[in-house]
Amino acid sequence: MTTRLFGEPVLRVEDVKLVTGRGHYLDDLGHDALAAAFVRSPHAHARVLDIDVTGALDVDGLVAIYTYEDLVASGGAVADRLPLLIPHPALHAPRTGYPLARDEVNHVGEPVVMVVARDRYVAEDAAERIMVTYDFLPPVVGVAAARAADRCVHEDVPDNVAAHLKQEVGDVDAAMAAAPHTLELDLSIERSASMPMEGKGVLARWDAAEGSMRVYSSTQTSTSVRAAVAARLGLPLSKVHCIAPMVGGGFGVKIMHPWPEEVLVPWAARELDREVKWVEDRREHFVSSAHERGQLQTVQVGFDDEGRLLALDVRFWHDNGAYTPYGIIVPIITSTQLLGPYKPGAYRVEFWSLYTNTVIVTPYRGAGRPQACFAMERTMDAIAESLGIDRAEVRARNFITPAEMPYDHQLTFQDGRPLIYDSGDFPASLDKLKKLVGWEQTLAEVEAARAEGRRIGVGLACYVEGTGVGPYEGAHVVVESSGKVKVATGLTTQGQGHFTVFAQIAADELGVPLADVEVVTGDTRRFGYAVGTFASRAAVMSGNAVALASRKVRAKALRIAGDALEADPGDLEIVDGVVRVKGSPAASIPLATVAVLSNPLRYAFDEASKAATQFAVGDTSGPPVREDDEPGLEGTDYYSPVGATFANGMHAVVVETDPETAEIKVLRYCVVHDCGPLINPMIVEGQVHGGVAQGVGGALYERMEYDENGQLLNASFMDFLMPYASEIPHIEIDHLETRSPLNPLGIKGAGEAGVIPSAAVFASAIEDAEGFVITAMPISPSELFELRRRHVAGDIPSLRRAGSQRAGPDEVVAQDVVEAQTNQEKPT
Amino acid sequence: MKPSPFAYTAPSSLDEALAVLAEVGDDAKVLAGGQSLLPILSMRLAAPAHLVDINRISELAYVRVEDGGVRVGALARHVDVERSTEAHTVLPLLRQALQLVAHPVIRNRGTTVGSLAHADPSGEMTAVLALTGGSVEVVSSTGTRTVPAAEFFLGPLESAVAGGELAVSAHFPSFPERTGTAFVEVARRHGDYAMCGVAAAVTLDADGAVVSARAGYISVGPTPVLLDLTAAVSGASVTAADWAAAGELAQSQTEPEADIHATADYRRHLVGVLTARALAEAAGRAA
Ligand SMILES: Cc1cc2nc3c(=O)[nH]c(=O)nc-3n(C[C@H](O)[C@H](O)[C@H](O)COP(=O)(O)OP(=O)(O)OC[C@H]3O[C@@H](n4cnc5c(N)ncnc54)[C@H](O)[C@@H]3O)c2cc1C
Repeated sequence: MTTRLFGEPVLRVEDVKLVTGRGHYLDDLGHDALAAAFVRSPHAHARVLDIDVTGALDVDGLVAIYTYEDLVASGGAVADRLPLLIPHPALHAPRTGYPLARDEVNHVGEPVVMVVARDRYVAEDAAERIMVTYDFLPPVVGVAAARAADRCVHEDVPDNVAAHLKQEVGDVDAAMAAAPHTLELDLSIERSASMPMEGKGVLARWDAAEGSMRVYSSTQTSTSVRAAVAARLGLPLSKVHCIAPMVGGGFGVKIMHPWPEEVLVPWAARELDREVKWVEDRREHFVSSAHERGQLQTVQVGFDDEGRLLALDVRFWHDNGAYTPYGIIVPIITSTQLLGPYKPGAYRVEFWSLYTNTVIVTPYRGAGRPQACFAMERTMDAIAESLGIDRAEVRARNFITPAEMPYDHQLTFQDGRPLIYDSGDFPASLDKLKKLVGWEQTLAEVEAARAEGRRIGVGLACYVEGTGVGPYEGAHVVVESSGKVKVATGLTTQGQGHFTVFAQIAADELGVPLADVEVVTGDTRRFGYAVGTFASRAAVMSGNAVALASRKVRAKALRIAGDALEADPGDLEIVDGVVRVKGSPAASIPLATVAVLSNPLRYAFDEASKAATQFAVGDTSGPPVREDDEPGLEGTDYYSPVGATFANGMHAVVVETDPETAEIKVLRYCVVHDCGPLINPMIVEGQVHGGVAQGVGGALYERMEYDENGQLLNASFMDFLMPYASEIPHIEIDHLETRSPLNPLGIKGAGEAGVIPSAAVFASAIEDAEGFVITAMPISPSELFELRRRHVAGDIPSLRRAGSQRAGPDEVVAQDVVEAQTNQEKPT
Repeated sequence: MKPSPFAYTAPSSLDEALAVLAEVGDDAKVLAGGQSLLPILSMRLAAPAHLVDINRISELAYVRVEDGGVRVGALARHVDVERSTEAHTVLPLLRQALQLVAHPVIRNRGTTVGSLAHADPSGEMTAVLALTGGSVEVVSSTGTRTVPAAEFFLGPLESAVAGGELAVSAHFPSFPERTGTAFVEVARRHGDYAMCGVAAAVTLDADGAVVSARAGYISVGPTPVLLDLTAAVSGASVTAADWAAAGELAQSQTEPEADIHATADYRRHLVGVLTARALAEAAGRAA
């Protein structure tokens, strides 16, 4: 084989196209399509009494106006409630919305009327003139209100509880009672959102003559959108195709499907027999896509004198918004991934998933793990603080060791399978992080800076991430008679670099130059069986499927070449697209010729194909295509794992807070990351950079600012503060490469890693800088200022390790941390 | 997020623009850099029937040192003012402030006069106009008026420019000798509108004693707030002056409000801290 591409920082083959404006995103397609716009609910909770469209009817260029009644009138499943994608026994009161509101709206932004017009301007002009009369109902906003249940979101769910799930391993009550030390923590995290640069979008092309539908969607799962459209429109699957074109980011929000618009746009295209397009604008994205992260969490922990966990009892309340179409995946992930790299002793976790009159919650990069990591890592810091032990040391004492792998937590993970860590070397990861940061030296520098009156703090946080969940992905690999290799896999791409890494894998397996491999993703015309891109699974799932399919092709190529060269296939190798006998390279045949020979022909259409025609092929003793064979040099294969593979990482951050203005500055950000063997280190680092950037946003800038009426006050990029490049620190990265025993390539997922520990690591560092406990994230300068005032007023006691120079005027330094933790107001 | 229908005119001279404005009057909006107007139109927060685009009126694209200060034409982009060496020489506060206005790409397009006409009390240049005691020249088909800063800002997003009028230039007078200036602010992200910002000017006498200490504030009231803080530091030397006392004086005279980014108390706190910092920095430059 030529130089191995696996492990090389190969430049991304897709970038030239993307950065020169030649990537085709949804809105670059269908220039002549009609445009859809929606009248969306301005209220968080209301009954729809009347829809008066008369004012819109004379708008020049208007084509159609649809309400729920029109869906019913058209017959079929299009008027049904949207599907419950992931049912779960604990989700006892699932609710989903209708594509267009039936008679009730449950969040601001819920679609009520669909307008189709010549272009989007006209569609919005018409939408503006449609008068909807509402009967206002009291809204439920925030976890506290949902728990109180003075009012409810869905009439038939009076306690607002959609799901309640409890898992327990060991006897927590007994272990807690016997523990020499216990602590309690109340922790809260605010809502944020995926916020891809490109919002959602759908373009539908109905072919009345064929009775077929082609849907383009900016989705993370084209196969499942296809299935949903077919089901809702009553079309055979073979008559529906879905293509995810270039997608400008997903981060989770586009794995949710079918969105109302994914049903309505194809439906309208068929009704009108015209091409119809809808491109989500930013305001729509804020109020009618999905959010994530909002959770209230309580932790009770019991531990020994060394800081080792004996019992961990976690309860949390998850705000799932108005509906639960994506099930309870996010809180399940929190409840299981909370354990991170640690052995918890006895563990009990219980959560309630609650309805509120806000935008739905579905996974956003990290998917419940940032909250989980926040809970566990705040707990680790609290234990270290209460025993006066180094924070890194407390973590090390609780690690699962490499010798204990595979490690069975005896819990059920988000894929319905046992939570078993396949591999990982947490002590080695921590050592690497301590080295990267210069842990001891940094701690000393922090102390020295404090002595000068500066407020510098260092924090660290560890996590484990279940990646590459099933059920499966597949790939099709074909060597064309030109020698070019075409790879197709069904999952979709949102900019991760799949076109490069899958090509690297195929090129390695087949022994062809990278430039000869072309990858297609997310096009059901090319590959119909797939699940989608989420849960850091693309490389693990499709990467291995591409490898397996390529190996099939390779085996076939060697067999055919062996016949042609009269050699044993075992003696052959493929180098630079040429099959040759090992050790005597003169005996060779180009892969292109092998591809020609693989397909016995009657008709020659070019010079090369003459070699495969019936009078050119010598052997006439058997059938041209053998009994156990197929024409073509191609192969399809699938990878389906028994369970997830678990990646891990550890982050450290050094921050400085301004003693006067409470501004928070990031001085250093260090990452140690272990996702197994790196297919392309440059791409992995890019993933980590992007994740950290989103993490900085989630920790220091972003929150969904709902008022008590359920109005989202910051539904624009003016007030929802995503960090600019200028807010993102330089990121120092080191890798560990612990193989997974679960898959042929030994790899683990890397997509979400960077974002997971950010709330935890920033809380740890800010707490260290300020000298008092931080229990709620994100945190802004204004909030830090208010916390300082409460600290000065004695409402928030000082950390013990703060020492005299960092203690607040209250001087309650010696007071037990148990009180420090519980004294803080419960966040609302 | 597409604007309502509007008619569009792009006059190429001032006279032509004034004629169009006279005709369409109250139902028109002037389009300068569009950095504030276009988002407003796209979100349908405003739906003017006409847009009068002044981007082709090249006679308004100037930055001049004139009448003991700097005159900025309506088509001068923020970047033109920021980079003008002459302007910087007579009034360094312009560049000090402009470096905090948004991001380079927005400064390439947004106009300084437009940001005054827009009258956002978080816009840095509103405080600069107030602190320099500047004025805006407003023209209509019936005449010209010069509106002093104190009368120009009427409320949030409300300036003295009436329908049918065009703000053609702004004049920023320079400060007396031995005056130093500074602009200090705290924003959530680089380039954001500030949660509180302070433009400061400190004048010393020949012996280095403070004779005047004044500050202009953004984001703490419905219009830019101008305060004379001399009483707190009068006669003190740059190193001995109690800038924190000036900050406290400023706090006692401002009534900031809360929004989703900052509590009122935090803003008031920033008024104190940033006043002290800005005055100290300005005084350092005066010395
Ligand atoms: C992301 C972002 C960040 C920003 N951050 C800041 C910031 O930190 N600080 C800051 O000060 N600004 C900020 N801005 C605003 C920017 O400075 C704008 O350029 C400025 O406010 C308006 O200038 P403009 O030329 O773009 O005006 P336009 O957007 O064209 O017009 C704004 C308003 O003023 C009126 N108008 C404009 N010119 C005239 C005139 N000559 N006569 C009469 N009326 C006129 C228009 O009719 C309109 O009502 C930001 C803008 C963006 C998009």
